[in-house]
Amino acid sequence: MAEYYLDFEKPIVELEKRIDELHGLEGVSDEIGKLERQVDRLRKKVYSRLSRWQIVQLARHPRRPYTLDLVPYLFTEFTELHGDRGYADDSALVTGIGRFRGRSVAIAGHQKGHDTKERTKRNFGMPHPEGYRKALRIYNMAGRFKLPVINFVDTPGAYPGVGAEERGQSEAIARNLQEMSVLRTPIIVIVTGEGGSGGALAIAVGDRIYMLEYSFYSVISPEGCASILWRDSTKAPMAAEALKFTSRDNLVHGVIDDIIEEPAGGAHRDWALTAKLIGDKISEALAELEKLPADELIARRIGKFRAMGKYKNSS
Amino acid sequence: MFSRKNLRPARKKIKLEDGLWLKCESCGEILYRKELDQSYWICPKCNFHFRIDHQTYIKLLLDDGKLDEIDRNLVPTDPLGFPKYKEKYKTSVKKTNIKEGIISGRAKIADIPVIYAATDFGFMGGSMGSVVGEKVARAARLALKEKIPFVMLTASGGGARMQEGILSLMQMVKTSAEVALLKQAGIPYINILTHPTMAGVMASFASLGDVIIAEPGALLGFTGPRVIEQTIGEKLPPGFQRSEFLLDHGFVDIVCTRRELRDNLVRVLDVLVNHVKNQ
Repeated sequence: MAEYYLDFEKPIVELEKRIDELHGLEGVSDEIGKLERQVDRLRKKVYSRLSRWQIVQLARHPRRPYTLDLVPYLFTEFTELHGDRGYADDSALVTGIGRFRGRSVAIAGHQKGHDTKERTKRNFGMPHPEGYRKALRIYNMAGRFKLPVINFVDTPGAYPGVGAEERGQSEAIARNLQEMSVLRTPIIVIVTGEGGSGGALAIAVGDRIYMLEYSFYSVISPEGCASILWRDSTKAPMAAEALKFTSRDNLVHGVIDDIIEEPAGGAHRDWALTAKLIGDKISEALAELEKLPADELIARRIGKFRAMGKYKNSS
Repeated sequence: MFSRKNLRPARKKIKLEDGLWLKCESCGEILYRKELDQSYWICPKCNFHFRIDHQTYIKLLLDDGKLDEIDRNLVPTDPLGFPKYKEKYKTSVKKTNIKEGIISGRAKIADIPVIYAATDFGFMGGSMGSVVGEKVARAARLALKEKIPFVMLTASGGGARMQEGILSLMQMVKTSAEVALLKQAGIPYINILTHPTMAGVMASFASLGDVIIAEPGALLGFTGPRVIEQTIGEKLPPGFQRSEFLLDHGFVDIVCTRRELRDNLVRVLDVLVNHVKNQ
């Protein structure tokens, strides 16, 4: 897992390696300077014209930082809390409490794994109803103690399985949407990787919604869309273009508040800097949101979602 | 009551052309169309519920078969320029004679004033785009303002409408937030779930009723059965995700035939609205 590079990353990484090798030698500073300018140009060239499908690949990068990777950088005194108090603990969705830059907060986020064992344990970041119910339990607690809620979204979707249906996947998601709409404490959402439809949305109702630059957030996976449109899931890159679901697309559609820029090359290249950039955005949002009385906060939150959508009057 | 055959996953839509006779899609019985129309479109032999459109439900459920429609001119845009969306939309308008997959308005049920809305499977699978979400939200807001119950019937196979992308997904929040306000205000919200109600619709306003009534044999759930079968690599048991399955697992209150639907609805509404009544 130490090394995994997407095709379009490889030329950049090769140049970087050459620079690293030269760093140990003497009398090559000119050469290093030249190569550094070259790698900068190449990186800008590649990353300024990423296709939507390439962004999907970055969002799904196996080295991308997941919730529990970001937590140590962002929070102190973090305690993970387990279980929905009804059925089980879902390790595809983690929750907890801790301090963010000195302020007590509640945290919830999807959790994927970086290796096969962890991926299986985390069910590839696809929660069952008990995961969403655990999150709701934490949200309600946060509401009681006036703790701002910070959510990290990164899931292919809610798990499509027999047990999930038996235990009411629909109801669990619906109830979160309903309760989060009127939760009496600020909610900040950061889409860090895959925003997979209802399974993402179930923890993504918030007063501020941000996306990492190379994440995506969609009504359906590009593969699912391609299967429906062309009966061929390998046409996912085409579906990605049709769905227009990148951070920039969603900002244009008024669905998110802002884009959090990623370190050069993407979040997986520098977890610490990614966390810092996320943290600065959270600070900014909290400063605004904590001033608002709860009723005003809720009214604005409902109004925000109420304004989403496009329609017109025909006569 | 129901044979397993009735619960098979694929139901084809009946053709509404002027044939005198129809074949039951479940048991194959040949049925006289006029008779079927007078018996709630339920097969007299096997109890199969034929799919009916929003107009037929209005006749069955609302006093004098009357809905005082609101927001009837809201129409979608094509915000993503999505492949073939405009064509699909036009075909649906022609087929259903409505401008979107939902109708909403004021009505009375056993003299109780209500706000009533219904999605129609015939219109792009009853899927929820911006207009469906907005109309549900406006209907709920009207119920809140007028302090009268909101009765919501769904026939929505596709969930959130893919063709409007992320904006469709956000309608799930928009609608659920309005339901939250109804609940805070103590306004009754009743769901009637018909075949099929799935995905983004089921995972938002269709699962949140104070009372949830379902027609028998309706497919209700989050993920479609075919996707689940692909994921787990095996066939699903008969009856999976059908109304009776949801009743068993605690996600609907009542499963009743279409013949009993209005009576059940009236009884529930009456108790919730009229807290004291002289016998």
